[in-house]
Amino acid sequence: MSIFVDDDTRVVVQGITGGEGKFHAGQMIEYGTNVVAGAVPGKGGQEVDGVPVYDTVDEAVEEENADASVIFVPPAFAADAVFESLDTDLDLAVAITEGIPTQDMAKVNKRLSETDTRLIGPNCPGIITPGEAKLGILPGNIFSDGNVGLVSRSGTLTYQVVDNLTERGLGQSTAIGIGGDPIIGTSFIDALEAFEADPDTDAVVMCGEIGGEDEEQAARFIGEHMDTPVAGFIAGRTAPPGKRMGHAGAIVSGSGTGTAQSKIDALNDAGVPVGDTPEEVADHVEEFL
Amino acid sequence: MKLHEHQAKTIFADAGIPVPDSRLATTVDEALDAVDEIGYPAAIKAQVHVGGRGKAGGIKIATDREEAEQYAEEILGMDLKGYTVDSVLVEAGVDFVDELYVGVTMDRGEGKPVLMVSTEGGVDIEEVAEENPDAIAREHVDPAFGLHPYQARKVVYEAGVDADVALDVASILSTLYDLYEDSDASEIEVNPVMITGDRDVIAADAVMNIDEDALFRQPDLADLAEESYEDDLERKAGEYGFDYVRLSGNVGIIGNGAGLVMTTLDLVDYYGGAPANFLDIGGGAKAERVTQALDMVFSDENVDAVVFNIFGGITRGDEVAKGINEALEQFDEIPKKVVVRLAGTNAEEGMEILNTDLVEVEKTLEDAVQRAVKNAEEVTQ
Repeated sequence: MSIFVDDDTRVVVQGITGGEGKFHAGQMIEYGTNVVAGAVPGKGGQEVDGVPVYDTVDEAVEEENADASVIFVPPAFAADAVFESLDTDLDLAVAITEGIPTQDMAKVNKRLSETDTRLIGPNCPGIITPGEAKLGILPGNIFSDGNVGLVSRSGTLTYQVVDNLTERGLGQSTAIGIGGDPIIGTSFIDALEAFEADPDTDAVVMCGEIGGEDEEQAARFIGEHMDTPVAGFIAGRTAPPGKRMGHAGAIVSGSGTGTAQSKIDALNDAGVPVGDTPEEVADHVEEFL
Repeated sequence: MKLHEHQAKTIFADAGIPVPDSRLATTVDEALDAVDEIGYPAAIKAQVHVGGRGKAGGIKIATDREEAEQYAEEILGMDLKGYTVDSVLVEAGVDFVDELYVGVTMDRGEGKPVLMVSTEGGVDIEEVAEENPDAIAREHVDPAFGLHPYQARKVVYEAGVDADVALDVASILSTLYDLYEDSDASEIEVNPVMITGDRDVIAADAVMNIDEDALFRQPDLADLAEESYEDDLERKAGEYGFDYVRLSGNVGIIGNGAGLVMTTLDLVDYYGGAPANFLDIGGGAKAERVTQALDMVFSDENVDAVVFNIFGGITRGDEVAKGINEALEQFDEIPKKVVVRLAGTNAEEGMEILNTDLVEVEKTLEDAVQRAVKNAEEVTQ
């Protein structure tokens, strides 16, 4: 089992005719994902790697029964693409695009509260259920199937931790990159709640980073609602205040909120061991299982 | 992207928000001409992209021409928290009886813009937020509908602003929200709004930051961008388009992806070293990017050793290896020892390509960082 995606997920790729969209649609297909359609305005009727392209997501749903989308659309048009997914009542939309204006995401966020569609991202590597489906840009070959759930704000840090797990034979049920932007769809808590409910996830790794208070809130959720053991990692212990560390959301404010220490303390208070190194995270997971 | 106070005030004034009479000056003579026109008292205010200018000596009130000359001389060219002051705003002093704080920003937890008003204006609002959070009234705005005018009034009354000026303050706040939305601001703040003895309401300061991701649709604001860097290395990073932050240590760090680069910094610290920088080459970097990144860290005189950590997703190990070879082959002697760790996409191909006469290679992140820390220690011993 898994959360959010599996081998029944039928995927439409928004932006499949662009460079990134084409390349990663190919990679997803190679991994075994059911990529059933592409959606690009003005490109309806074309094919990309044997995948039919439609002008709208609506047509992709009607003709190919797509129930999830992956969005590789440039930032200026990405919020519109997300709205199209949400308004078509897909089960899931995964927005890979980096650099969507924050006020656009605030409007998306409002719409999310009114639909049942789940949004993952934006500015994220996507989601993978090893051996079943991959929606996004994660390198499939480092994953292996198993019973460890993983949720992370960062892409490459996810790969690093997954690599440490896979090396030790600790396979993953589902791994989700929720994205490094200030306003995102699926939160740590949403993912943790789903892992808790998944009978085949026996341990969870949560990788956070400086900025905001999502990790602190997630820690409270773990303390109050989770029986599945969670191991944590927090990036940015050495980040100076007031400097944006790459991700738009990764910044310790001048007044000292959003620090790594505050997140580590909150997780420890909830009984979550936090690794000093990615290796130590794998140690904790090994102890759990 | 940060706007200067004078830029923001021009935008405020155009939108109908009352601001004090002012002139921008880049020389002492210009500053004196400005005070001659404006009169006394006059504020001489450094135009740099840092907060807390007043405390740092970047804002002075002149009561006569002699003082104006002295302050303009002091402030122009001064180093303010690492930034050089190139211009000052000369502004008519306001005879105020009360100071307020008003602002609009994004509440990232709620995913909604929030209006903020406090009667404790004129002081560091982050301190107020920490010590006396109830002193700041807040009102969230539905980003799909925009601001309802009653919301501006409600938050102003809730903050306890004097009734006779409340509607004027609400009107300013309402205009600020329109500006926030129309200009894709990430933050707009007026601290203080001054209330005069005649009960006039004036925006005495102006902070306006624009969402860099929205500059593509804000061409007029993009033209106002004035790059300011704390040092030449940050300037160079800006030219290369790297996400780069300079720190004070001696272990240079290059990697891909914000989270992993931060983790590499943390590990350098954990193993007893001190990180010299954050440098993210981004996703899908080609050989040329890698060469530029090495140029960046080699240019930092504090750096004694380098760790290069790549976990390829869309970045390919062979491309990175090619770039490292190209960058290092041009040196007769490698300036600083470089430890390389490649994992993920095409890592094995990359390892074969790497010229191991020029770099040290490690398989794991932990080993790579420890070796770089040791290399740095050997240089300083």
